[in-house]
Amino acid sequence: MNLERADAVADTPSIWARLTAFVRPHPVIGAALLLLAVALVAITQGAADIPARTTLGLLLDRLPFVAIEQDVPATWDRIVFDVRLPRIVAAGLVGAALAYSGTSYQGVFRNPLADPFLLGVASGAGFGAAIAILSPLPSSAYGFGWVPVFAFAGAIATVVLVYAAARSAPGSASGSGGATLILAGVALSAVLSAGISFMLLTGGERAQPILSFIFGGFNTASWERIAAASPYVLVGAVVVALHSRVMNVLQLDREQAAQLGVNVTRSTLIILAGASLMAAAAVAVAGIIGFVGLIVPHSARMIVGWDHRRLLPVAALGGAAFLIAADLVSRTLLAPEEIPVGVLTAMLGGPFFLYLLRTRRVDGSRS
Amino acid sequence: MTTALATQLLEVRDLTVRIDGNTLVEDASLHVAAGEVLGLVGPNGAGKSTLLRAVSGVQPTEAGSVHIEGAPTTEVDRRELAKRLAVVQQLPEAPAGMLVSELVLLGRHPHLGWFERESSRDARIARDAMARAGCLELEVREVGTLSGGERRRAFIARALAQEPELLLLDEPTANLDAGAQAEICELLRTLAATGVGVLVVLHDLTLAASTCDRVALLAAGRLVATGPPDEVITTEHVARLYGPTVSVLRHPEDGRPLVVPTIGGR
Repeated sequence: MNLERADAVADTPSIWARLTAFVRPHPVIGAALLLLAVALVAITQGAADIPARTTLGLLLDRLPFVAIEQDVPATWDRIVFDVRLPRIVAAGLVGAALAYSGTSYQGVFRNPLADPFLLGVASGAGFGAAIAILSPLPSSAYGFGWVPVFAFAGAIATVVLVYAAARSAPGSASGSGGATLILAGVALSAVLSAGISFMLLTGGERAQPILSFIFGGFNTASWERIAAASPYVLVGAVVVALHSRVMNVLQLDREQAAQLGVNVTRSTLIILAGASLMAAAAVAVAGIIGFVGLIVPHSARMIVGWDHRRLLPVAALGGAAFLIAADLVSRTLLAPEEIPVGVLTAMLGGPFFLYLLRTRRVDGSRS
Repeated sequence: MTTALATQLLEVRDLTVRIDGNTLVEDASLHVAAGEVLGLVGPNGAGKSTLLRAVSGVQPTEAGSVHIEGAPTTEVDRRELAKRLAVVQQLPEAPAGMLVSELVLLGRHPHLGWFERESSRDARIARDAMARAGCLELEVREVGTLSGGERRRAFIARALAQEPELLLLDEPTANLDAGAQAEICELLRTLAATGVGVLVVLHDLTLAASTCDRVALLAAGRLVATGPPDEVITTEHVARLYGPTVSVLRHPEDGRPLVVPTIGGR
């Protein structure tokens, strides 16, 4: 070890330190810039060999008051706007929804491991969606109109069951349930996943779309799906955002929150409903993608702290950036082969989960 | 009679709490006036904390009623109640990374509207609360790094930020050394002098006798006696409820009761 060099490192702040020093006072702007940068990189990459300059030119041309004349094949325009852009928007929407709902679950359960995937909510939504696909219900105008509804029913039923199981467990009187919550979620998730596989194997031809729920990904992304899922994400986000200060009070124990005038049971259920609505919409668009709601909120919390009025928007923007980047890797790493993005996030998320287990107490890291 | 009682800040009438068929508190009646410190004392398991939680509204009751300035608390909106009555639990929790100033600002929650953010006025009230609780210098410390006494002050400041007329505290001196215990009790006296009514569960009878205007002695869920400390903390009561190994002496100067253990006849 070179001592002189060690001194130099200690004197000059690291790049990470400088970056956090810049981003810390403006975390939302920082996250938005990150999202923009990731999205721009992602749109220039793809199977078709379109120069990055040309892609950016095509994008800028669509902005109001900007006209960029380029002599490009019409297929390039379609590739950028009907293939790449919907995929990026879908990944952003789903990433934001998963991170936002993860932050909400963690806030309400006071448990840093409460992620839509680990709670079984994602499998519940997938289970509901699979039933919708197999049911003889007519599909509505949006093409998959019943899928988000059934996905939401599955998600909310799962979270209520898991919560009830954790609360009735011995030694969980204070309400968060700690490790029991996650164990109940994982157990229920296993049952629901088995149910999804069963429907896939016995459902014949019409069950094929279920496969895309098991391997979450964006290869089927389309503007129609985005349009169908966006309202659910938006409503869920607004419902939770309206409760951000209540969620801050809920960070104290339930009894203190009640004594500060919070209707704990009602607020908990409303926030859970909003979070589940977002998680269900995410599953309806892209299938089951795990750990985004664990990795992103945790990272956001390390930067902006526990205040949900800052945490929620930063997590949403960060989640969008994270999943767009993950999707970019999943479609370019082994191109022309695609790795389902759910496989990629699981490969990142599993070790991250173990890291959280090592560094934090599972029952909420209270002080 | 009723009009006289209605002027009390807090009035508890015939309160009964049963959990799973066990009677934890039975027919408890007490009152606290503005500017008064009422101590709730009694042996372990007497139901002191349960009674306090029932008064604060988080413990369902089977019978009886709690009135704040004459109004039954069951008819007061929970936010309104939180503006008038604040609670400091025995072991309150706060999330990792929360600063004392942020904790105290949470005490403003009942005063804020749905979309409202904390104003500079709220920040001023929070600072004032920290100053009153003697923890202004801890403002930028993380709650998790505080000592037992500092932590107690931080949560008392959070309660004061609610601007309550009545303060309920569950064993605020538990696990503190003698100096910190006396400081917390001194703080309760100072707060009462500003007109706040204080209902405090205390474990230590000597401390209760020195701190409280009146004490209520609870045993097996029933109130045995309520009144000035020297009338309630008597040799007879203490011997009956705490056993023969504890005796009551009188302070040589002011005559207040001093409760001391007598071990091995000494």
